[in-house]
Amino acid sequence: MAKKLYDTPRLDQLESGPWPSFVTGIKELAKNNDMAVDLLGQLEASYETKKGYWKGGTVGVFGYGGGVIPRFTELKDENGEAKYKDAAEFHTLRVMPPAGMHYDTDILRKFCDIWEKHGSGLIAFHGQSGDIMFQGATTENVQPAFDEINELGFDLGGAGPAVRTSMSCVGAARCEQSCYDEAKAHRAIINTFLDDIHRPSLPYKFKFKFSGCPNDCMNSVQRSDMAVIGTWRDNMRTDEALAKKWFAKHGMDELVNDVVAHCPTRTFQVKELSKIKSGEHITSVAVSDTHGVEINNQDCVRCMHCINVMTGALAPGMDKGATILVGGKSHLKIGGLMGTVVIPFMKLDSDEAVEKLVDFAQRTIDFFAENALEHERTGEMIERIGLANFLDAMEIDVDPSMVSAPRMNPYVRTDGWDEEVAKINAKKQAA
Amino acid sequence: MNQVVAEKPAAKRKPKETGVPDNKQFLHPLMEKNYGNWKYHDRPRPGVLHHVAHSGDEIWTVRAGTQRQMDVHTIRKLCQIADDYAESRVRFTIRSNIEFMVSDEKKVAPLIAELEKSGFPVGGTGNSVTMIAHTQGWLHCDIPGTDASGVVKALMDELYDEFRREEMPNRVHLSTSCCEINCGGQADLAIIVQHTKPPVINHDLVANVCERPTVVARCPVAAIRPAMVNGKPSLEIDESKCMCCGACYPPCPPMQINDPEYSKLAIWVGGKNSNARGKPTFMKMVASGLPNNAPRWPEVAAVVKNILGVYKEDARPWERLADWIDRIGWPRFFEKTGLPFTKYLIDDWRGSRANLNASTHIRF
Repeated sequence: MAKKLYDTPRLDQLESGPWPSFVTGIKELAKNNDMAVDLLGQLEASYETKKGYWKGGTVGVFGYGGGVIPRFTELKDENGEAKYKDAAEFHTLRVMPPAGMHYDTDILRKFCDIWEKHGSGLIAFHGQSGDIMFQGATTENVQPAFDEINELGFDLGGAGPAVRTSMSCVGAARCEQSCYDEAKAHRAIINTFLDDIHRPSLPYKFKFKFSGCPNDCMNSVQRSDMAVIGTWRDNMRTDEALAKKWFAKHGMDELVNDVVAHCPTRTFQVKELSKIKSGEHITSVAVSDTHGVEINNQDCVRCMHCINVMTGALAPGMDKGATILVGGKSHLKIGGLMGTVVIPFMKLDSDEAVEKLVDFAQRTIDFFAENALEHERTGEMIERIGLANFLDAMEIDVDPSMVSAPRMNPYVRTDGWDEEVAKINAKKQAA
Repeated sequence: MNQVVAEKPAAKRKPKETGVPDNKQFLHPLMEKNYGNWKYHDRPRPGVLHHVAHSGDEIWTVRAGTQRQMDVHTIRKLCQIADDYAESRVRFTIRSNIEFMVSDEKKVAPLIAELEKSGFPVGGTGNSVTMIAHTQGWLHCDIPGTDASGVVKALMDELYDEFRREEMPNRVHLSTSCCEINCGGQADLAIIVQHTKPPVINHDLVANVCERPTVVARCPVAAIRPAMVNGKPSLEIDESKCMCCGACYPPCPPMQINDPEYSKLAIWVGGKNSNARGKPTFMKMVASGLPNNAPRWPEVAAVVKNILGVYKEDARPWERLADWIDRIGWPRFFEKTGLPFTKYLIDDWRGSRANLNASTHIRF
């Protein structure tokens, strides 16, 4: 039995309604857990005054410099004592999930047992960076909790100016749109940078995210410094049986209004079967005895819309890989940035190919560590120095796929033009 | 370094730097068998995905909402359901929904019944309003302007039916953020704290707590400068420049930005990460000045429900919120939602000219 609950009239209002209630859950813990009782006490105070009462500090585990988010209460009485002393220390362990966030019930139960023993019993699946967040441990209990979690084969994630925990979509494990082995790339990259995760010493955070196709379910384009987004180069595949099944159910109106009208490059056409062209870059499939779909793949930007609507009838091609975008981030300090293309396409279908991605990541992080200002994200650094300089340092040839349009002003010194053209021509000849 | 002070350092256990564990050990056997070889999927009903592999194998996934911040009893309850009604393998989505995979269609209905009976709504697939991307707030953050879990709970109670149905024009992703850093990320609709007054500085503490050059450098508009106040080294703010973003608060807690009254909530719409149809888009602010009215934030819920209701009524199939506004235009968006278009919604940050209308394209 734990100590008595405080009155929490505000939080109590979050117990009604149909959605699962975290307040009810914490109250369940509070039946035999004083830390949960005091957590509710402090949270009720926040709801009353509309102020937060946690401050950071310095807590960690032996051998690592990051991965624990320290929280000490700032809600003190007149004598400077914590008002809610059993939650006065309420640290979080950030633990890296397996790629795709797959678990079996055995491992989840083990997590529960460990966190019931050493922590508050509150676990978040997952934080915004992808970590399993074991929320609420005293300073003393952080180490034994980590030791037991670590013995299960799980490791701390990143915090502070470090390579951060990564996320990848369900991907190849259960999705037909997957264009590379997300889990393999995810592990290969992140497990290369464990030192940069566990011992924060970069100018600022660096995030990787892995999405298997351009639907970008991991939101990698705006949430990661390096986004690895699956795509393909060859023609879209088709399945006539599924195409006809789709059409029988949805009809011509939906095919025209929901697919043709939404194609961003208008390369998706519906035609009478006799008028459908064939050719090296043409994908076509009959949807009925009279009509079919024709797509010129050279005009397709791999947006995924038609594949999303007619899944199975249409599918990504066979020559799969990924596009790499660099520099995504949120508002601070210069405003939100989307990642931009630095590698339009790379294969990721072998150990050697994945190793090339790891090598690029390594060189990017080395350059970032060397050249970014303190608290400057990769996207801000590239904005400051210009993409061309970054590409030059990475030894990547420029490519028109990297821009939405060429330069719109004359404010550039171009006396190296002939030299650049000669270099490009020499490379073309050598290839 | 940052480790706990140890009485006997020699006795400390060295970490095993194992990194990201291999997910193969946790995959459903059918997912491991058909890894990279799935052919297509459909959705037999809201909350259920049915995937078919090239091998002919089929797998059904049942998706349910959770509160994200879960107590161990809730997690054990979900494990028991997974053991009794599914096949002991689960995964979580990026929006904290839990998924149960089964190899037999017959298991789907009893699994759904048990989840709903146990208080976990089944849904969040396809063109539903799925669970809100969720930050930490008052529960655990050191700089929050509001709570996260409470806002999410209050809103999901209101959007419960839309989570369990697939009746929206396309999928709807929501996020909340407890400060302007926007950890919740881009979404079709986002609720984000918007401070309206400059930080209040406790000059007695600045010298001891803050690395002053760092704080000066952190300000996006160079409004902070070092100053002596009451004989102590501190910082001062040019309040005519300050835009109240709160960027100085994390490196310098004595510069308190949060205020019970003046920290408001803003609504943003039209963020999209997917490349489907148009390129990914950032969301745009469409409302602000909403009170931080815990514990149920009714004013915020009203605006959110209004926008989603108009979108549901007016958008065509497959139009995300951003696609819909692209078609109808911003004037019509404000007209249809009844939201006031104020001068604060005209962008004046860097790159803002791209957001002005440099044409005569106007819908009347």
